[in-house]
Amino acid sequence: MNTKLIFNIAISMLLARWRQTLVAAIGVTFSITMFVTLLSFMTGLNKMLDALILNRTAHVRIYNEIKPNERQPLNSSPGFSDSYNFIQSVKAGNSRQSIYNSEAIMKQVKNDPRVLGLSPKITAQVFFNEGNIDITGVIYGIDIEAESRLFFFNDYIVKGNSADIKNLSNTIVLGKGLAEQLLADIGDVVQVTTSKGELFRLKVVGYFQSGIQQMDKTQSFASIATTQKLLGEPKNYITDIQVKLKDINQAPVVAKEYAKTFQADAEDIQTANSQFETGTTVRTIISYSVGITLLIVAGFGIYNILNMMIYEKMDSIAILKATGFSGRDVNWIFLVIALSIGFFGGLTGLFLGFLLSNVIDNIPFNTAALPTVKTYPINYNPVYYFIGAVFSLVTTYFAGYFPARKASKVDPVVIIRGK
Amino acid sequence: MSEIILEARHIYKQFNDPVTIAVLKDISFTINKGEFVSVVGKSGCGKSTLLYILSTMDTAYQGELLIDNEKMTGLKEKELARVRNEKIGFVFQFHYLLNEFSVLENIMLPGRKLAKKPLEEIEHRAMELLKILGIDKLAAKKATQLSGGEKQRVAIARSLINEPQIIMADEPTGNLDRKNSEIVFDIFQKLANDLNQSLLVVTHDTEFAAKTKRIIVMEDGRIVSQ
Ligand SMILES: Nc1ncnc2c1ncn2[C@@H]1O[C@H](COP(=O)(O)OP(=O)(O)OP(=O)(O)O)[C@@H](O)[C@H]1O
Ligand SMILES: [Mg+2]
Repeated sequence: MNTKLIFNIAISMLLARWRQTLVAAIGVTFSITMFVTLLSFMTGLNKMLDALILNRTAHVRIYNEIKPNERQPLNSSPGFSDSYNFIQSVKAGNSRQSIYNSEAIMKQVKNDPRVLGLSPKITAQVFFNEGNIDITGVIYGIDIEAESRLFFFNDYIVKGNSADIKNLSNTIVLGKGLAEQLLADIGDVVQVTTSKGELFRLKVVGYFQSGIQQMDKTQSFASIATTQKLLGEPKNYITDIQVKLKDINQAPVVAKEYAKTFQADAEDIQTANSQFETGTTVRTIISYSVGITLLIVAGFGIYNILNMMIYEKMDSIAILKATGFSGRDVNWIFLVIALSIGFFGGLTGLFLGFLLSNVIDNIPFNTAALPTVKTYPINYNPVYYFIGAVFSLVTTYFAGYFPARKASKVDPVVIIRGK
Repeated sequence: MSEIILEARHIYKQFNDPVTIAVLKDISFTINKGEFVSVVGKSGCGKSTLLYILSTMDTAYQGELLIDNEKMTGLKEKELARVRNEKIGFVFQFHYLLNEFSVLENIMLPGRKLAKKPLEEIEHRAMELLKILGIDKLAAKKATQLSGGEKQRVAIARSLINEPQIIMADEPTGNLDRKNSEIVFDIFQKLANDLNQSLLVVTHDTEFAAKTKRIIVMEDGRIVSQ
């Protein structure tokens, strides 16, 4: 087959009808532009919304749940071993919130090749005292470096310097909502009462804003050492070990394994936040369906235009066949016509899609709930450009397939006799 | 003994729409190299139908067709296309040209399809043909800008580009005035005499037919004299 000649004829036919060609190509361009932009924007939003939670959530959380011992003494007593024992009002006895042997666990987890890093945490329930009012709140004791590295803690500090909680003792970072309730500025001292009734005075060194109001009204952060001091606990007192994995999808497996080896509770992120995935999936499906619908509509446009072109070009097809072009050659000529519309329309579409995404990316988007976001989020994922390119070619191929086949089946005798 | 270029053996053809009618009945004849043959007969006697079969475009017939001693009957569409490209030049009554292309490009197309010679050589030959036919000034013009007589000459040039074994024409002068008809006839005559080109021309033009060396007369689907 003479590829160059086929292309040459196809392009000449295209150019002779450049207005129709342009309309068909614009259809493809439009749909690819929208497809790329829509997906980039939608997944950008998805990522942003997910990040809101996922960034701040451990992939696997190791903790100790306060619950009654499953092995009650009565069951071990030989006198009752044959009977079925009903024990009522079982209380959690000497269970404690802290993780046993936390240091050894942390060491072992750190050496696990699947683990990206870990960050220990202590939860302390306190009252913030503001005049006569007590506001319930939580102080989290954190390792500020690990927390920033793994859970982007510093991204959420809207004022002040979070490193101070490590460098200065008895310091605290308040949730923005909480700080507003307490009327506490940076440098001010707030008073807290622990659950054991002890009073402490802590200096405010920063504000924290997660974007989730409910959290910001109750949460605050201090160093591990400060929190241990508040609770009157020793240095090895840790209530949570937050683990971040290299591959988030391994979380359920790892959690199960840790629960077994460390004899503690371990929860994976998928179980803890199952609702997020649903939202993400739905948004992605919507974007794909809109994009594909646009492309199919463009495909019908191309189909129509090619069909019309073939009726107009019946004479040309007859001459080509009479002078020695085979049905296959004619088939290729029209497929090349369709595919060039798809190729150039699609290419322009990808380019315009990139431009449009870029424009959206630069539109200011300021919201109090999302301190780290300044403009609308765009996810520049090459995969969408690739899918767009493939789709534009595939749709135009199918749009051209039947007209091209029809053209290849034209009987020159019928055309010539018909004159 | 001269070389046989085309041979028809007992060709039958019927149309089934709306009722079965036999259009060609037992057509047998041969054409030798260099012969200039005209086919005449009343309207509707099956001349065009026969020509479409001989040119391999119509394959729904009974009998056998040989071109250049190669059996055409039963060949695949693609192989027939190759034969048309290489061995047959076709000239129609309605001088079909591709409107998207210039005169020169139109003439070159079958040559480029055959792709046996480099592009420059095909172009050179196309220009030469235009000169022989006296229309070399039109080379760069679009096909749509030509007169009927000019178009027909371009079509003849196109049919010659691959140096075919035989040229077939269906009423090539049917749409032309007297002067242009004469020009076309003279070209054919020159091709036959100077280049030993074989020609098979269907015509209504008795004057035209009378000037050819051999006349095949058809009547009601049969050859009555040749
Ligand atoms: N597709 C077809 N279906 C049915 N009958 C056909 C078809 N094509 C041609 N015929 C018939 O076949 C016969 C021969 O037609 P053909 O075109 O070969 O005649 P012709 O000799 O070329 O006539 P003319 O000199 O007018 O061109 C005619 O009677 C015509 O009606
Ligand atoms: Mg006829």
